[in-house]
Amino acid sequence: MNLSVSGQISIRGISGSPGICIGKAYLVDKEGVNLIKRYPISDAQISKEIDRFKQAVSKAKNDYAKIIESIDKTIEDNLDILETHMALFEDKMLYGRTIEAISTDKINAEWALRKVSRRAKDMFQQIDDPYLKARVNDIDQVTDKIMSSLFGAEDKKISDINKRVILVAHDLSPAEASQIQLEMIKGFVTDRGGKDSHTSIVAKSLKIPSVLGLGKAMVNVQNDDILIVDGSDGLLIINPDEDTLFQYEERLTKFEAYRAGLERESYLPAVTKDGVVLNLMANIELVEEVVAAKDYGAKDIGLFRTEFLYLDLRRFPTEDELFCKYKELVELMSPHSVTIRTLDINGDKVNPYLSVVEEANPSLGLRAVRFCLENEPVFVTQLKAILRAAAIGNIKLLIPMISCVEEIIQVKQALGKAIHELEQEKKIFNKDIPLGVMIEVPSAAIMADHLAEHVDFFSIGTNDLIQYALAIDRRNPQVAHLYQALNPAVLRMIKMTCDAAKEKGIDIVMCGEMAGDPINIPVLIGLGLTHLSMNSASIPVVKNMIRNIDSRKAESSMEKIMGLNTVKEITEYIINEYKDALPFQGTDESL
Amino acid sequence: MILKDGSTITRTTSVKNELGMHARPASRIAQMAGSARSCIWIHANSTRVDATSPLDILTLCAIKGTQIAVEIENQKDMDVLNQIIDFFETGFGESQK
Repeated sequence: MNLSVSGQISIRGISGSPGICIGKAYLVDKEGVNLIKRYPISDAQISKEIDRFKQAVSKAKNDYAKIIESIDKTIEDNLDILETHMALFEDKMLYGRTIEAISTDKINAEWALRKVSRRAKDMFQQIDDPYLKARVNDIDQVTDKIMSSLFGAEDKKISDINKRVILVAHDLSPAEASQIQLEMIKGFVTDRGGKDSHTSIVAKSLKIPSVLGLGKAMVNVQNDDILIVDGSDGLLIINPDEDTLFQYEERLTKFEAYRAGLERESYLPAVTKDGVVLNLMANIELVEEVVAAKDYGAKDIGLFRTEFLYLDLRRFPTEDELFCKYKELVELMSPHSVTIRTLDINGDKVNPYLSVVEEANPSLGLRAVRFCLENEPVFVTQLKAILRAAAIGNIKLLIPMISCVEEIIQVKQALGKAIHELEQEKKIFNKDIPLGVMIEVPSAAIMADHLAEHVDFFSIGTNDLIQYALAIDRRNPQVAHLYQALNPAVLRMIKMTCDAAKEKGIDIVMCGEMAGDPINIPVLIGLGLTHLSMNSASIPVVKNMIRNIDSRKAESSMEKIMGLNTVKEITEYIINEYKDALPFQGTDESL
Repeated sequence: MILKDGSTITRTTSVKNELGMHARPASRIAQMAGSARSCIWIHANSTRVDATSPLDILTLCAIKGTQIAVEIENQKDMDVLNQIIDFFETGFGESQK
């Protein structure tokens, strides 16, 4: 952290998504505890104070009942969580004890509630079970709700923000991010999260600048402070002085002009200077993202992540529920293809309902295909839904986290079971769909030539491949900078995979974030990759890069690059060789 | 099995669903217990909690297979007791693997 004479504070974090924005800070924090006043009450006031509390609870309950009423009853299970909260409003642990605290401690209702809720949260926090630990959130939400009706204050929700602001949060969950009204938010910064964390993926798709992993933003920023978010450089500047402000405003103008130019060209084909055509596809998580993907010029959906429905429902969806979603998606995309990746629950996205046993190392644990093979009915249900949707549109099936040949054989057995059940049930389906595996575990890259004999295509998932190959947790701000796509070891693994696919004559796609960063494009073209799937917001800039590259030159520079030892050498080599093709990032160097 | 212990009546069961005790069943149980005339207690992992408090029920940390005893203090709450036991027996109505 850097404090200047003028009061300007600079904090360095990790670039979440590129771009610059300047605006006022808006702190999103659950605990407005500092605002809670504590004052004593007299004996005579006790019953009045208890009544005030009871009224606040009943108001909160009424508000909740209205929400429950407004929710579509056909998706009743979505109500579970709200109904659970309803029950908590009058839970003895909160309700009863708050009333007790008001009368025995002779304190105001707010303070009594805060005290009781703290105690309840502490109790859950100590439990050695991730699901129960997470109940702290339920207590928080219910407490917040009562607290705000005690204050008579409006509920502060992200979805209610009504001015153009920069969000400052401890962390931003996908659920919170989905509530953001884009036109209201200029950018966001968080204390947690690292490069390629879920938060950053969200930021990139929202196309707003962000800096993550700041560590100390929440304590240094106050509401309405002027902030500069330099997402390209991973820098947050609080209360900038005039010179800095002027400098950044200039940079911002240039960056916006540049980006607008790229987007105007995004309908042009992705062809290298010497005429090699690449297929740029979109990675999506929600059906709603299809429109944006098409706007950005994506042809196919190269990766559809299917976890969302599971996490949203907080239970295993039925075959029909899954089928409806997949059907909607393939119909929207038709005749273009949709690659559906089967359930990939992992450390990022753990749902307390799915993890019964706490794992010390979730990313090395029972996740993705391992989880599916252990829980075969869950897997078969999803496979059946996919096979049924394949009768309607163009689907490819992608299995995540494959680490050995045996797993593919088991997957095929599960697939056989799904087909058998569908036949028995006389449902319409299509079993002739390409089967592919993610290459994201180093052992899969090493065994690629053997794996290739069992599948129709590979999809290189660089996010995990890099993390596993380099033993770097990309969400850990302390080591996140060591997570480097251009590490020579990573490049070798990718090359092995490409060579194996070429030799066995199967298709190969790259669907990790690596494919969305222009600096990697010469390498990917040099390796002969022609199918790249990425966050759709990255498509215009990648397309522009491709259009400025000669594939023959890329091939020969690849030979040179494979001889280099360090990330630094490789990066410098690419920047030097391709400086005219590389995009303007809005950072100092590119000015 | 019904045990008579002084003035209380206890029936035993176990947690049958895969996920174990979680928020939804806990709040349903609390709703059921809320209609009782007298106190209803749930025993598990050598702890006793008030069955009308979902949070209290969660603190039992009752995973699948945990032995459960439900205790009522009033003969007239037999219906509620049976309703709660049935709810456990049917795995909280969750689909089984």
